Amino acid sequence: MTALLKVQGLRKTFGGVHAVEDVSFELASGELLAMIGPNGAGKSTCFNMINGQLAPDSGSVALGGREIAGRPPREIWRLGVGRTFQVAATYASMTVVENVQMALLSLHGQLFRLWARAAALHRSEALELLAAVGLGQRADEPCSTLAYGDLKRVELAIALANRPALLLMDEPTAGMAPLERNALMQLTRDLVKERGIGVLFTEHSMDVVFAHADRIMVLARGRLIAEGAPAAIRDDRQVREVYFGSGRLVRTAHAAAPGSAAAGTRAAAGPP
Amino acid sequence: MSATLLSVRGLDAWYGRAQVLYGVDLEVGDGEVVALMGRNGAGKSTTMKAIMGLLAARRGEIVFAGERIDGMAPYRISRAGLGYVPEDRRIFTDLTVLENLEVGRRPLRAGAPAWSPERLFALFPNLGRMPQRPGGRMSGGEQQMLSVARTLMGNPRLVLLDEPSEGVAPVIVEQMADMIVELKKQGLSVLLSEQNVPFASAVSDRACVLEKGQVRFVGAMAQLEADEAARREYLEV
Amino acid sequence: MLSGFAGQLLNGLAGASTLFLLAVGLSLIFGVTRIVNFAHGSMFMVGLYVAYSLAQWLAPLAGGAAAFWLSILLSAAAVGALGVLVELLVLRRIYRVPELFQLLATFAVVLVLRDAALAIWGPDDLLGPKAPGMKGAVQILGRQFPQYDLFLIFVGPAVLALLWLLLRRTRLGVLIRAATQDREMVGALGVNQAWLFTGIFALGSALAALGGALQLPREPANLGLDLGTIGDAFVVVVVGGMGSIPGAYLAALIIAEIKAVCYGIGAVQVFGASFSFSKLTLVVEFIVMAAVLIWRPWGLLGKPQGMVRGAAAAEAPIRPMRRAGVVATAALGAALLALPLAGQAFPYLTVLMIDLLIAVLFATSLHFIMGPGGMHSFGHAAYFGLGAYGAAALLKGLALPMELALAAAPLVALAGGLLFGWFAVRLSGVYLAMLTLAFAQIVWSIVYQWDEVTGGSNGMVGIWPSARFASKTAYYYLTLALVGASVFALRRMLFAPFGYAMRAGRDSPLRAESTGIGVIGVHWAGFAIASLFCGLAGALYAFGKGSISPETIHVGRSIDALVMVLLGGVQTLSGPIVGSAVFTWLQDWMIRATDYWRALLGFAILVLVLAFPQGIVGGLAAAWERWRPPAAAAEGRR
Repeated sequence: MTALLKVQGLRKTFGGVHAVEDVSFELASGELLAMIGPNGAGKSTCFNMINGQLAPDSGSVALGGREIAGRPPREIWRLGVGRTFQVAATYASMTVVENVQMALLSLHGQLFRLWARAAALHRSEALELLAAVGLGQRADEPCSTLAYGDLKRVELAIALANRPALLLMDEPTAGMAPLERNALMQLTRDLVKERGIGVLFTEHSMDVVFAHADRIMVLARGRLIAEGAPAAIRDDRQVREVYFGSGRLVRTAHAAAPGSAAAGTRAAAGPP
Repeated sequence: MSATLLSVRGLDAWYGRAQVLYGVDLEVGDGEVVALMGRNGAGKSTTMKAIMGLLAARRGEIVFAGERIDGMAPYRISRAGLGYVPEDRRIFTDLTVLENLEVGRRPLRAGAPAWSPERLFALFPNLGRMPQRPGGRMSGGEQQMLSVARTLMGNPRLVLLDEPSEGVAPVIVEQMADMIVELKKQGLSVLLSEQNVPFASAVSDRACVLEKGQVRFVGAMAQLEADEAARREYLEV
Repeated sequence: MLSGFAGQLLNGLAGASTLFLLAVGLSLIFGVTRIVNFAHGSMFMVGLYVAYSLAQWLAPLAGGAAAFWLSILLSAAAVGALGVLVELLVLRRIYRVPELFQLLATFAVVLVLRDAALAIWGPDDLLGPKAPGMKGAVQILGRQFPQYDLFLIFVGPAVLALLWLLLRRTRLGVLIRAATQDREMVGALGVNQAWLFTGIFALGSALAALGGALQLPREPANLGLDLGTIGDAFVVVVVGGMGSIPGAYLAALIIAEIKAVCYGIGAVQVFGASFSFSKLTLVVEFIVMAAVLIWRPWGLLGKPQGMVRGAAAAEAPIRPMRRAGVVATAALGAALLALPLAGQAFPYLTVLMIDLLIAVLFATSLHFIMGPGGMHSFGHAAYFGLGAYGAAALLKGLALPMELALAAAPLVALAGGLLFGWFAVRLSGVYLAMLTLAFAQIVWSIVYQWDEVTGGSNGMVGIWPSARFASKTAYYYLTLALVGASVFALRRMLFAPFGYAMRAGRDSPLRAESTGIGVIGVHWAGFAIASLFCGLAGALYAFGKGSISPETIHVGRSIDALVMVLLGGVQTLSGPIVGSAVFTWLQDWMIRATDYWRALLGFAILVLVLAFPQGIVGGLAAAWERWRPPAAAAEGRR
């Protein structure tokens, strides 16, 4: 497989602290790659450098062979990178469908039109995207009245609006109930496999990671300490030490007991 | 069960015009650790905020150590001996570890363990190594510890501990569990809000399960562990 | 020459102390309560007045020196008590309302205190006694330097040191610093924050009064000191970093020294033209502020402000007018068209209506950036002034016909909006507010000093419309047509992709930037559009009155615009129209009814802020939501 995203020697220092140090990895189209690690390990910093919110001190971020490091987020978006945030970022003063229409208006370069009625533009395309994430019925509700799990779905619809090649998801299931978590990740998985999108996501919920990631990277103190298939990561001694602990208190049984059937959870976690 | 320390009767609460708690009843005995469980949005944090007086729109009877505290301002509830550790830690990032502790300091109280920075540093050795570090320059796990220590400085009889395991690495979760067990040994009562069943079982005597703002299950922790149907319905996948 | 320069630097040090005392309390109060206290300048003013009266009373009772120093300290204490009163009666009720409403409430306090001072001390300037024992001058580097100024040099650093000790070495200080960051959490830890707030407000007010009282021998007490000093106080606080005490001293020092140096340089010949540096002192602090905010958006020693918890509720999505709205608008339009018929009987009505329409456009253009753009401009008068003076200058200076001048004047405002907006949209919140205020002050002082073009302090007269629009009725119809079309255009833009993009940038800059929306560019364009329409309002004003003066664009007018928008409701589209109409009518009626119209207006604003925290239209809409049956409510809003 050719790499969709190729990150090499990424570094960032804040006031003498090495937040990210020499991180390199690749991601292929259609692949779900999880980035895990303790708080403050540099996951968000890594994300923000790929997304363009931060400029790396050094290193390279190539998307489909094109260098994107240091470009502003809105340019990187135009090159085909969608993003969802740890705390869902949507437009509270708009309806659900208007949130998606906004991304489409931006995609079509219509932001500075002063006279047309925005609510009538790209509505059907926006409704299709909402239907894909299961929110077709709620298109005209104010976004501010949606439950948190639904807001995350709106974000996903927005992120898909520019037909991205790469999706960056920062803790996609944070703040959601377990059932919702798995439903959202299953939906994401189906959508990206169908559209051939590469996904890089961070996550604290181990059941989600082991159930849905194709590959896992572990970050600690700004460095990549392990990378590989979920089974290999589970058994990695160093990872257990800095991150998993003894595993006696991890939320669900299959993550607590390494080697148990993660695939079983995935099957059980389909849309209800 | 030992003497009741905190008793909540018929607690209703609202966010704006949306009602989120419906007649919640709840008790915590002296020296007991009770897990308040339920999914996200079930009303766990809201219950804690309502008890603490941080939510203006509430109704119901809350008695703590024999005194009605519903309707009191948060500072008076705190002075009555009820400590609160918020979900998002809310450390004072500009203040040093010692100064953070100073904000929480209250006079000694009968019937409650007495805390000092020295005793807290013994309980949280990490904090003891960085007394002058600003709160903003600590890791998430250290901030969680500091948030607990700051509340303990008020010498509370009961602590409301809101989702200490949310969003922290599994290895820190284990430390939090050890800490709660230690606090219980010292005679402190704890109302713990939690989604993580293994964590809650490891530290709690009893559980109270919320769903959609209503109490669905009350009983011994062991009873909840055995009741797979209840767990499946109200908690896990 | 060198000694002269050193003398100026000494002057600067004395000035720095005065500025620091004026501003430090404001910074303390903002840090803890998150309230931008407009009434801080009033505390300075009242401090000076009270010290004057005390010095008069005490002089016969105590010795000269004792009477003087006692009156200064007692004045600070008295104003501290006044601060307690204001906090208990006003601020305590508004800690939970959106920050702009807090501002509005403190502005109402300014109005009330101004008229209270007028009632107690009268309209004339009052100069206090010289400080006993410090009436002379000392010889420094071969120059005479007043003893009292030398004393002042040390007051600032002494107060700074005391405050530093208070904040770093006492429990109270730790609590204050903690409350600065998260007051709710401080309460949950057992601290009675209500008294902490009261105490801080009293301390801040007392410090301002101390600064005012210490001016007793140097400056006469007068009624213009409240708004005259608040601008300087804002600048110092913003340059130093909101909430930073050492920052406030550093900023005061820098500004005072630059001013002193400008005085020292005086007029210079540059390429044959004379340039007066002393004239520059009127705006130098604002230039410093603009430079600092662009370089360090949080001030020299400030930190990025955390989100204030419990902000305003989410705005409802905008919807096109329903039939009832269309009918009501049509009826209003018909009534406005027919109005001059009634004007035969009440000639004043037409004049008032012209004022009212201009106010509507003024407020609607501000709402355009303030509501959907989330940019709280405190200097909207600048673009009003550029339009008004642009029209006058084009008519008089270039001898353009009135129609052409009216058409071209908004472009002058547009140019100003493009220039100032480029800087302003890079900031947000209080900092944006202060920077826009600074730009308005710069425009004001250019107008004030550029005699050849603007007529300086005298202003310009004889700016009348052409013969076609000479009658009040004709001018009314012209105004009605232009204002009507402008308001429609602004509304239409809000329903267009551009208006949505502005709101997107306000609701979530993070989401907007990561979906290809350049928030700064969109907001800059919005700022420019607003200044264009505001300029039209200014031009209409100039031709409507026939004369203009710097008073036209004073800071008070910027505040008027804010009051109008907030009064109507910033979260609604019709709010600014209702707000400006109500405000203009109220003000007109009160000015004719009483000499103390300011106080009356202040009370009216306070009542409105406390009773309608969402503005008139927002409040009525909320009441309607509560009243109408649930089925209808589910259908959708406004």
